[in-house]
Amino acid sequence: MALTREQMAQRIARELQDGFYVNLGIGIPTLVANYVPEGIEVMLQSENGLLGMGPFPTEAELDADMINAGKQTVTALPGASIFSSAESFAMIRGGHVDLTVLGAFEVDVQGNIASWMIPGKLVKGMGGAMDLVAGAENIIVVMTHASKDGESKLLPRCSLPLTGAGCIRRVLTDLAYLEIENGAFVLRERAPGVSVEQIRAMTAGELVVPDEVPEMQFA
Amino acid sequence: MPGFDKRVSCMEQALEGLQDGMTVLAGGFGLCGIPENLIAEIKRRGNRELTVVSNNCGVDGFGLGVLLEDRQIRKMIASYVGENALFEKQLLEGELEVELTPQGTLAEKLRAGGAGIPAFFTATGYGTPVAEGKEVREFDGRRYILERAITGDFAIVKGWKADRYGNVVYRHTAQNFNPLAAAAGRITVVEVEEIVEPGELEPSQIHTPGIYVDRIICSSFEKRIEKRTVRA
Repeated sequence: MALTREQMAQRIARELQDGFYVNLGIGIPTLVANYVPEGIEVMLQSENGLLGMGPFPTEAELDADMINAGKQTVTALPGASIFSSAESFAMIRGGHVDLTVLGAFEVDVQGNIASWMIPGKLVKGMGGAMDLVAGAENIIVVMTHASKDGESKLLPRCSLPLTGAGCIRRVLTDLAYLEIENGAFVLRERAPGVSVEQIRAMTAGELVVPDEVPEMQFA
Repeated sequence: MPGFDKRVSCMEQALEGLQDGMTVLAGGFGLCGIPENLIAEIKRRGNRELTVVSNNCGVDGFGLGVLLEDRQIRKMIASYVGENALFEKQLLEGELEVELTPQGTLAEKLRAGGAGIPAFFTATGYGTPVAEGKEVREFDGRRYILERAITGDFAIVKGWKADRYGNVVYRHTAQNFNPLAAAAGRITVVEVEEIVEPGELEPSQIHTPGIYVDRIICSSFEKRIEKRTVRA
């Protein structure tokens, strides 16, 4: 079975470490905040200028001056700090954020990522995605393994305009967890009940399959 | 305006001197912390052929979106413009030029502009369409592209509190691009919720020192919420 959105978020949450500053993109990455493991503390960075982002507000807490990078109303936790967008991207570009999780249209064996522009469709902009992929050492891309049309999104070479070149080393899809090494995807884990052959069939870029590929476990 | 008293009494004075074809830097992120009354005043004045630098371009009928209604914006420099049907229409019809700029690069272009730095190298955008036509330089084995700074004829800024010296503090995440725009404007106009007496703002807590600010005006704000999300 392919992973649900919630399971994908749960799997990524296992990469969180105590004391990590983390930037979560829009969509599935946002759900990771719901699965922070017991006993560890992480601080969420929102690139409009908030470190220490809390949950959505109650009606009573709602404040137009307190939003996240997705323009949703949020809260700030005790210990939070708020700053300008230049300061915020100084943190990101300076490599101070420990983990960045974001979505993509395509990733390739060279670690290139395409996530912002589909030629022929209206281009709305890259927002902070180019800064995040260029600035972070530790990035996990989360996306479905194939498009709605069944085309692989793990490619020998991205077909869409890039968001960043050579900056991705880890990818979680609904079928597998993979690392990018030496110009190939290395299959590290399978979704429960998904075979290596199924993953191979859906992976257009070169796939390296180690002797042992464990199945992900979910409670 | 005598001495350091930056206060003006009406919107006409606040934007006096704004002319067709000028570049306007606007603070705000989405609809958060936007100078909504100064934007409305630009609409009332009817200036045209403007280049507007802002992270976003408002929504239909509010924020910078209102300047599209009478086609006052010729060129928009922004990182994300997806919230606006009229923007899409004018873009597709070729009436509006847009220069999409990564958010952090946009912030740094303004910061550099305000600080007198003409250009800077960044890894952001290397190997992407953003890098086209830009100088590439390698430092310590990594490639970077040269990005030019941005300054503006006018900056329009939304603050929380200011004193008459033009010292400004922002409230929560309404800070965003506002202090960057404030520093990069040749004439910087700040509208605030409250003007306080000198000395009421703690000097070490001031976000935008008055040296960057030319005009201060007190306004009331709708503060529209773009994506209202609450928990039970």
